[in-house]
Amino acid sequence: MSWAWQNRDQIGHLLLSHLYLALVPVVFGIVVAIPVGIMCVRWRWTWPPILSLTSIFYALPSLALYLVLIAYTGLTDWTVIIPLTLFSLSVLIPNVVDGLRSVPQPVQQAAVAMGFGRLRQTIQVELPLAVPIIIAGLRVATVSSISLVSVGQLIGIGGLGYFFTDGEQRDFSTEIYVGLVLIILLALFFDGLLVLARRWLTPWEAGRAPRGERRRAVTVTLGGSEAGLTGAHAHHAGHAGGGGGHGGGGGHG
Amino acid sequence: MSYFSDAWQWLISSQNWHGSNGIPERLLQHLEFTGLALIIALVIAIPAGLAMGHLRRGGFVVVTIANFGRALPTLGLVVLVFVLTAGSAASWLVPLAALAIPPMLVNTYEGVLQVDRELTDAARGMGMTEWQILRKVEIPVALPLILLGIRTSAIQVVATATIAAYIGLGGLGRYIIDGLARNEYNVVAGGAAVIVLLALAVQGLFMLLAIVIVPVGLRRQAQAS
Repeated sequence: MSWAWQNRDQIGHLLLSHLYLALVPVVFGIVVAIPVGIMCVRWRWTWPPILSLTSIFYALPSLALYLVLIAYTGLTDWTVIIPLTLFSLSVLIPNVVDGLRSVPQPVQQAAVAMGFGRLRQTIQVELPLAVPIIIAGLRVATVSSISLVSVGQLIGIGGLGYFFTDGEQRDFSTEIYVGLVLIILLALFFDGLLVLARRWLTPWEAGRAPRGERRRAVTVTLGGSEAGLTGAHAHHAGHAGGGGGHGGGGGHG
Repeated sequence: MSYFSDAWQWLISSQNWHGSNGIPERLLQHLEFTGLALIIALVIAIPAGLAMGHLRRGGFVVVTIANFGRALPTLGLVVLVFVLTAGSAASWLVPLAALAIPPMLVNTYEGVLQVDRELTDAARGMGMTEWQILRKVEIPVALPLILLGIRTSAIQVVATATIAAYIGLGGLGRYIIDGLARNEYNVVAGGAAVIVLLALAVQGLFMLLAIVIVPVGLRRQAQAS
């Protein structure tokens, strides 16, 4: 602990840069994923090619992408932000699509009956109802991104990952513990914030098990690797389950 | 410099295709690390997931492991175990196996849990034992999800095994760590290309596998819905 206190300035500085590198990609991701998801639901033929693309992004190891980008962006923050943005997209787009599609038929019919146009129906009815599933995806993307930034340290841009390589070179485990604990705490903190955001955005869910969220948080696989893979899962899981989850009629769960 | 021409030049140069630092040798080492870590994870995670799913218990444990696993930075774990164990084999095996367990566990558990209650009740009514229900009903129905879990683990481990080179091991990560240390970008570029191709190959292989081994009836059902 005394080491951490003596180095508090450096820790604070690395913490901020870590957050910047991890959260900018998630923000870019959600800003792009919502319109793309809406497009995939509106024009169904766009969904299969985009789904294939997201599973390719998902499989691309983030470290390898950092290395490819060095040739174009040099050793700048973008070298880490761009691959993590692709990763966030691969998690978020399937979740947005799943969320929008999970809205029960009667609700959609009610919107039509009230005279809502297609676009207005999507934005004012389906999108809010999709919030729990979209936030489940955001949680996966955010937590994985916070953990994946540290791999960037192998090219010298890794926020708190600095403590891993420096601790290894100095054979000093305290420093490595500090890095690990801070990264895990950051991840848990932002995960908690997103849970609060979901409660605030979906007051009607209070008191019942959050739709989608409960089962999905589970199904989603885990990440933290460089492969970065965590997410497609939420989505694939729904379908792969033999149509149990969604195809089966969206009503349960 | 351009990534693609550097990577291509490196890939087609014949000296990179033999010897102890050649691509085939490094690829083999890489697959060895990956395979061993995956086998250890498989032996732990699949039985545990099947048991918890069948008994419908332990959901909280599974969710906790899932969240924690996602938040844990592998590079940190690798260097920590390396420093603590003074460089034993555990320093790559433990983190890689730890990385592979959560996706397998979560998907196996969830896959079995999602099996329709009516289906297992019918099986029980027909006089199947609990073991038969698991083996003949729950596992086949949960197979797509179980495979998805294994695929996710495999992709992550293949990508992350690269990090093992940082603590002095072989595998494809050698090209990256050595190339960066010597400032030889073409080596880095070529190594990154091989790793990307390997990750995509693993993804493709498992997609094929899912088509081949998922029971025909289930596939039809999935298409119909």
